[in-house]
Amino acid sequence: MRNKNKRSLLLGNEALARGLCENGCQMATAYPGTPASEILPAVAAHKRSEGLESLHVQWAINEKVAFEIAYTASIAGLRSAVAMKQVGLNVASDPFMSGAYLGVKGGFLVISADDPGPHSSQTEQDSRLYAMSAKVPVLDPDSPEQAREMVGMGFRLSESFEIPVMVRPTTRVCHARQDLALKEISPGKVEANFEKNPGRWAATPKFRLQLHKELEAKLGEIASWAETAPLRLNPDSGSPERAIVVSGVSCAHARDIMTDLGLTDKVALYQVLQPYPLHTAFMTDILERHTEILVLEETRGVIEMQLARRDKVRGKESGHVPQTGELLPEIIETIIADFAGVNSSACMLEPVPGRRPTLCPGCPHRASFFAIKKAAPRGIYTSDIGCYTLGMNLMAVDTVLCMGAAISQAAGFAHAYSDEKRPPIVATIGDSTFFHAGIPPLIDAKVQRAPIVVVILDNRTTAMTGNQPTPATGVDILGCEVNSVDIEMLVRGCGINHCRTVDPMDTKGFIKELKEAMLLSKIEGPCVMISRSPCVLNLSRQEQADQYKKIRVTDDCDGCGYCVSHFECPALVLDSENQRVDIDVSLCTGCGVCVSVCPKGSIV
Amino acid sequence: MNYQIVISGIGGQGVLFVTRVLAQACMDDNKRVLTSETHGMAQRGGTVISHLKVGTFASPLIRPGNADLLLALKQENYPQHRGFLKPDGKALVNCRDLDLNLNAEKSELTKPDYISMDGQKMAEADNNLRSFNLYMLGRAIRLVPVCSLEKVKARIEKIFSSKGEVVIEKALLAVETGYYYIRKEG
Repeated sequence: MRNKNKRSLLLGNEALARGLCENGCQMATAYPGTPASEILPAVAAHKRSEGLESLHVQWAINEKVAFEIAYTASIAGLRSAVAMKQVGLNVASDPFMSGAYLGVKGGFLVISADDPGPHSSQTEQDSRLYAMSAKVPVLDPDSPEQAREMVGMGFRLSESFEIPVMVRPTTRVCHARQDLALKEISPGKVEANFEKNPGRWAATPKFRLQLHKELEAKLGEIASWAETAPLRLNPDSGSPERAIVVSGVSCAHARDIMTDLGLTDKVALYQVLQPYPLHTAFMTDILERHTEILVLEETRGVIEMQLARRDKVRGKESGHVPQTGELLPEIIETIIADFAGVNSSACMLEPVPGRRPTLCPGCPHRASFFAIKKAAPRGIYTSDIGCYTLGMNLMAVDTVLCMGAAISQAAGFAHAYSDEKRPPIVATIGDSTFFHAGIPPLIDAKVQRAPIVVVILDNRTTAMTGNQPTPATGVDILGCEVNSVDIEMLVRGCGINHCRTVDPMDTKGFIKELKEAMLLSKIEGPCVMISRSPCVLNLSRQEQADQYKKIRVTDDCDGCGYCVSHFECPALVLDSENQRVDIDVSLCTGCGVCVSVCPKGSIV
Repeated sequence: MNYQIVISGIGGQGVLFVTRVLAQACMDDNKRVLTSETHGMAQRGGTVISHLKVGTFASPLIRPGNADLLLALKQENYPQHRGFLKPDGKALVNCRDLDLNLNAEKSELTKPDYISMDGQKMAEADNNLRSFNLYMLGRAIRLVPVCSLEKVKARIEKIFSSKGEVVIEKALLAVETGYYYIRKEG
């Protein structure tokens, strides 16, 4: 009875992982992405500490592949889960839509973490709308504790109806920490057993219509499934005129605010656990009992849309609740006070600009960007998703669309411009992003002979999300040795003839190689440079010491500020009083790249 | 008693670490805790903020005008996050003594909630710069008694248990020196 009665401080993502391991999950896959990145490492930690032999945990090359692997374990009878951030679901949307029709055998959870704000994402999209679109039930936790509970609930729902179930936490659930009582870890004991049934698992369009009908019938029943029915949170003191319907972290905010405003016995408060499909009886009941209904949810009006009574229901779609940005508690307080007709002292934080994030001191990406700008000063720089998006600060990133788009956008620019007017086009893409979605566009660019240079920023890790291994690393999430795939071989396999591996810390050599590649790309199409240097966060103390060169600024420095604005290393500090640049030795990694940056040769 | 505490700084200063030490120390004291943290891109040197709520709360976020304490590990965070403080709340701000003298005229330094502390200088005096955030934490729990010094020390010992005695001693020295606000010359 290990861990019984023990309270532990868990991050929302750790609570989700705990839930998976308490409920016999036998396969967990993911591709890292904020705010979902910590789920899978926490599952792996349980596998190690509890010796969970029957549990397969792995990072996958992208969300689509992660989804398909975990989904398939489920049709072989195992409880399984795939975790991703909301834009990852865009990548996995194809199997997600189709998997809803085919259904599952063992419980199957799609954990898709949304990021209202957005804090670390391209969009504020609502994964619950995807669930609605795919006709998949979705659960919406309000806290780490509820997230953990909803894992078990989701598995039971999934198995009862043979349907995939989405669990949709948001940033404030994933990255909240709460002390909660642990339950026992329960290793899954199911043996994989795939029962062949081509009419279902390989259904042709004719069978798909039948499966669609079955899916509709399942949803009808799920809309009256008792375990996920909405909860009345305050004492049921009859039917006040007004009711508030909440889900997700908005529920947590609303509970505290209702108490603070003294509204607990004046306005009815309902929590929706399963925003889609909304329980049928609940809809009928609250529309009958209350004359005014306020819905608080993130980030679209999914519950609101299903409560189809424009005369009674207020929310995001009606314009009573902001449609963009995070639904912060101070905003909710104002809305609730207004709805209930009481005063509140809610105030908004005055917006004071914070400090923008920047590449770390000694980051090899900074060196690559500096050299790219030197070699192609009037170029168009397409880029991608990762730490290196911060190359924007250096004016070395002109476009960021989505994972893998650096290469297709470079090709798009190349084809859009005429031969005479075309500027140099340089794409930058990280190693992990290249594996994730960069290979098809590279093949396409090769076929179309797009005159572009692709620089793969190979720092041997998935840095932005916390240094997860890539397919080139040769180590898995448990730290065990696995096969590795060589990026250069892959590039050559895409048909690229000119592929050079270069050291970004050697600015001169890099510039020379890039100029050569730019010329050659006009004749033979895409050329690739693999800019290889490990992430500074991954260097051991010894490696740090080995590469350290003592850097100083000579008296010749006239404080022109060129290095600060064009290189933006946090260790280079412009002293406005003394009119010169200094090295902050507490930050400097001694990489020495700035020596070649100073136009006056004052950094030595 | 309920407490609401905002801890902010920039990526790499240990905002998340300080939050975790304090949250777990409060748990050791049998209090319920709820925190909200900044992860992701902001950790690359950007503004990092965490909310720590001790007591009976459902929401992980602190509303402006409600915090008992703002612990700012960087002075520039003070104007950004001061709005979280309740009218009688306190801000403990890591601020170089040098800056204090230079900017004595600045309006924010005259605000009644502003308590300045040169955490870096205190850490340097002990040759203990890595633990500078624990000097700040030590003083913070003296100003706002969310948790006893003993509980924080016990938690630090646990967290660093695998790091050896020297590391533990230096961390404990930091939190104690901060708590009693012992300033050495030099």
